[in-house]
Amino acid sequence: MAVWHREFIVYTRERERAISSVVTPLIWLFAFGAGLGASITLAGESYQSFIFPGILAMNVLFTSMFYGMYVVWDKKLDVLKEILIAPQPRWVAFSGKCLGGLTICAFQAAILLVIGGLFMGIPLSPASVLFTLFGALLFGLGTASLGLTIGAKLSSPDSFSLVMSFVMWPLFLTSGALYPISHLPDYLQVLVRINPMAYGVDLMRGALLNTWTLGWGIDVAVLLLFAGVFFFLGSRAFDQMSLG
Amino acid sequence: MPAIHIANLTKKFGKLAAVDNLSLDINKGEIFGLLGPNGAGKTTLLSMLAVLMEPTSGEATVAGHDIRRHPIDVRKSIGMVFQTGSLDSLLTARENLELHARLFGVPKEMRQTRIQEALELVELTDRADERAGNFSGGMKRRLEIARALLHHPQVLFLDEPTVGLDPQTREHIWKYIKALSRQEQMTIILTTHYMEEADVLADRIALIDHGKIVQLDTPEGLKRQMGGDRVKLVCAKACSAHMLAALKKMPFVKSIVQGDGHLELVVQNAPKHLQTILHAVGEVEEVHVLPASLNDVFLQYTGHEIRNESAEDDAQAQWAAHR
Ligand SMILES: Nc1ncnc2c1ncn2[C@@H]1O[C@H](COP(=O)(O)OP(=O)(O)OP(=O)(O)O)[C@@H](O)[C@H]1O
Ligand SMILES: [Mg+2]
Repeated sequence: MAVWHREFIVYTRERERAISSVVTPLIWLFAFGAGLGASITLAGESYQSFIFPGILAMNVLFTSMFYGMYVVWDKKLDVLKEILIAPQPRWVAFSGKCLGGLTICAFQAAILLVIGGLFMGIPLSPASVLFTLFGALLFGLGTASLGLTIGAKLSSPDSFSLVMSFVMWPLFLTSGALYPISHLPDYLQVLVRINPMAYGVDLMRGALLNTWTLGWGIDVAVLLLFAGVFFFLGSRAFDQMSLG
Repeated sequence: MPAIHIANLTKKFGKLAAVDNLSLDINKGEIFGLLGPNGAGKTTLLSMLAVLMEPTSGEATVAGHDIRRHPIDVRKSIGMVFQTGSLDSLLTARENLELHARLFGVPKEMRQTRIQEALELVELTDRADERAGNFSGGMKRRLEIARALLHHPQVLFLDEPTVGLDPQTREHIWKYIKALSRQEQMTIILTTHYMEEADVLADRIALIDHGKIVQLDTPEGLKRQMGGDRVKLVCAKACSAHMLAALKKMPFVKSIVQGDGHLELVVQNAPKHLQTILHAVGEVEEVHVLPASLNDVFLQYTGHEIRNESAEDDAQAQWAAHR
């Protein structure tokens, strides 16, 4: 997987990107978890542990989406040409890119888990950590594919902020990452049900804290479907991507 | 079978036909030059041949493979140096080459030897572990050429291989290109706006303008077809309007380009008409008779100069009369 390897090297050499992607969720954790959480407990958990899986999922969402949309820059800087001209089907390059994104997500999730376990009193066991990482990767596969699909379709990075407002924030805010979804009014419930991230959050929260709202079976099924659809669409978008 | 066969190939961007119903055959082992001004459609043509862009209509085969039906086979047989740099600036030279070798399926056991060979060819062995982003323009270009050769392609596309390089580096790269074509029997298609480059390198040249081939021949043939030699008159003080008027009246003076204190003419059978010309213009300081250059050929066929970024060329073309 040449493309994967390339992505990994590039990631380790782009310090700013790596550092900011770990620091941002930490700020969220402390600001929301410690600030708001000092006065709230939810579902028997401290607010900080309650939102911890949500922040993990948010980190996966933002990291992988931005990672995916980064191909717009690759296109601009022309490094993508080298990959587009290679004699292999484009879905191979697409998979390599996806794997690159997943590696980064997994790496960051692991860092957050360690920090959560050591400094925030999040109860961790080897099994729950593995299960959570599995959830993060499954969700990440979908979001990385979504990001790559958008990146392949966009012609300039100017539309990044549109994607932020119309895709990423709605996904995040209706996912139940920051609050329990069971108390929501009906119309919001509907939004939650059609939001793949809600299933990602549910899966990771369940894995970590053993509290499920939607159920892990449906979580895994929806996430697989989400990933499958965008893996397919993304591969096709890569196929159609040309310099013209 | 030709290395490249192009039949009625067209690429439209909206209404603009960047490549316009173009047909062309390129032989095996040939160095073929595509010479044309900005926007002539050179890059667009190469992109279609490299299956990076879909043609609007028409057909082409590269190394015997149809670009629509067997894109992967086409890609396997070609190497490409893009007009704009496409190196990974965060990777070292060696890592760039390794990535390419893997992408192009060079077998693992051959990779290191190939990379070594390629680095030696472009004399970058001792800089191999530096980041490509820190290289100078010439080094980057050499690395890109090395990269395009790693998988031993049958056909090599070079899109303006020496644009923006100093004359020394340019000649260096010309040397490689010639050697490659001789030793490896590689078919090489290069685009350029440098007349000199096409002249030195190419076995045949297609002059291309507005997506069409306006003329195709060997460099010598093109110059011969132009039917004239270059005559440069260096005027004593300034060249007078009276001189110009006299010259414009002569049927064997094909074109006049006014420079700073000199005139450049294209004259049919210059040795014969030189007397008449000198008689008409009166006193001049120097007279040079030079064989035709491709620049003149281009002017002749397209009605405009090939535009060039370098300052020396700008100064030269202040105005041009064309008959
Ligand atoms: N992706 C594109 N979308 C729209 N128009 C394009 C695109 N690519 C090229 N063109 C147009 O097609 C024409 C030919 O462009 P092309 O890049 O092939 O020229 P060129 O001969 O390579 O020029 P140069 O010497 O500047 O590299 C130009 O008018 C250009 O504006
Ligand atoms: Mg070009």
